[in-house]
Amino acid sequence: MTAIASTDGFGLRLGALLGTPGRRLGFALLAAIVAFAWLVPLLHGGDIASQNLMRTLAAPTAAEPFGTDHLGRSMIVRLAAAVRLSLGLALLSVATAVVPGVAVGILGGWYGGAVDRVFVTIADSVLALPGLLLVLILSAIAPGNFWALYVGISLVMWIEYYRVVRAYTQTIARSPEIQSSRLLGFGMGYCVRRHILPEVLPVVATMGAFGAAGAIMAISALGFVNIGVRPPTAELGLMMTELFPYFDEAPLIMLQPIGVVFLLVLSLNLIAGSDPK
Amino acid sequence: MGKMIRAVVVPRALQAVMVAWTVGTLTFVLTRALPGDMAYRIAAGRYGYDNVDAAAAAAVRQELGLDQPPLLAYASWLWDLLTLNLGRDMVSNEPVWSEVTHQVGHSLVLALVAIAFAVLLGPALGVAAGLRRRGALDHASLALSTALRSVPPFILGIGLILVVAVELRWLPAAGHGGFAHAVLPGLALALGLAAVSSRVTRNAVVAVARSPFFAFARTKGLGEALAFRRHGVRNVAVPVVSYFGVQLIYLIEGVVVVESLFAWPGIGHALVHAIVARNVPMIQGTALVMGLMFVALNAVVDGICWGLDPRRRAS
Repeated sequence: MTAIASTDGFGLRLGALLGTPGRRLGFALLAAIVAFAWLVPLLHGGDIASQNLMRTLAAPTAAEPFGTDHLGRSMIVRLAAAVRLSLGLALLSVATAVVPGVAVGILGGWYGGAVDRVFVTIADSVLALPGLLLVLILSAIAPGNFWALYVGISLVMWIEYYRVVRAYTQTIARSPEIQSSRLLGFGMGYCVRRHILPEVLPVVATMGAFGAAGAIMAISALGFVNIGVRPPTAELGLMMTELFPYFDEAPLIMLQPIGVVFLLVLSLNLIAGSDPK
Repeated sequence: MGKMIRAVVVPRALQAVMVAWTVGTLTFVLTRALPGDMAYRIAAGRYGYDNVDAAAAAAVRQELGLDQPPLLAYASWLWDLLTLNLGRDMVSNEPVWSEVTHQVGHSLVLALVAIAFAVLLGPALGVAAGLRRRGALDHASLALSTALRSVPPFILGIGLILVVAVELRWLPAAGHGGFAHAVLPGLALALGLAAVSSRVTRNAVVAVARSPFFAFARTKGLGEALAFRRHGVRNVAVPVVSYFGVQLIYLIEGVVVVESLFAWPGIGHALVHAIVARNVPMIQGTALVMGLMFVALNAVVDGICWGLDPRRRAS
């Protein structure tokens, strides 16, 4: 509770948010990757699918600072597109999971009862399977489809927020602070804003960063085993599979998508905090 | 014993039923969601696109009960699942059950090798880092663990193949045979597990070393090593083993991709192949067995926690 007392409103003051040096490094890394991904199409131009078979696996030049792949496609354009896909899908999934997760978690923790039990049952049945299996089966239902990944990842992820928020809400709802607020005549909306959200949102933010990192790893893993998006879409895992046979000729080209996944996940892990809880 | 059954076995058995129901329902939806006439699609998958005719489609329709109303079909689908009648592989025409039981052995071997490596690497490093908090090893292990956690297992696998198998030629790059073939895929899975469990161990060791009972053991004259063995190990083991239960998700998900990378003839590899081929009975069989393997490993972790922590038994 003391940590909350020192911050305002939602407990997300900038100083506290930037916090440790590790977290600052994470934000800087992520900002650099985002800038790369969204500036390249503005400054460089070019298409992810346009081939130049006269110049395959070319070394970096001034025109193609990251070289070209086995079909002579521009690596810088493809990497930027792949980051936009992975990061965009990961953030979209997290956002989609957080809203119902937090809302249902607060309602379930606050009211309890039959509705709560229904959601606990749903959560348990979804969590019975490891998330990637669920996503795999969904992508079998709609192969090569963007929405299968999106629905699968969000469907698995909202449970985590739901469970944690529900547990926090249950504890807070029984606390003396809430009791005083209720005695003073404040309603549920006030209690949620003043007592529950400030406690819960920092935790949700940490989980969101971990979740986005996990989503990025899952998307690249699915791309790597050729399930998920289809060529010629630029996707980091798919690019690794495509470039794997050419490792001997052009090791640096193959290492690029690997490095990008590493930096993306690292930046999100650093933002979430260095030690797992 | 009765208490343990109630606390450990019953919830996990319920989870196993949930796994079967979820997998069964999703694969049923999958058969219904196949575009076009399902009978023709499945017949094409079975006999090749050039060999499909109306008779083959009719035979498939008859065999799979595709002309039933949806609810009835769903009920008979679940009944087949309940009686472990998983059907035949659409590609090889072998019974799914015999293929899957064969593959799950390989996957279990890989998972156990990975767990063994992870247990050897992670907790040992964590204890060493925790006993010398803020020392050089502690900082180094934090940096290493943060870096390793940011690499998905299949990329670790690519790195191991390129360095150990291709450059150094110490171990085979892929395939299945003796123990040598299991080392690289096992390590690819274990490094990520060890990266996290070393930090969990380290934090547990720090908490124990700060605790009053540990200080008392030291004041009454026990040396650090003896005090840690008598009063530290079990207290550290409880969070480490329970966290391992959380990490099983990572292990099972890793198995799917790492097996495909290393051409390991396990259940994850089979699942990926089945999905690419839209081989519905195999998708159901492999996903079901993977889910059950996950539940079984979780039950083992629960059992170990139960044995380690008397507080659990009391409550």
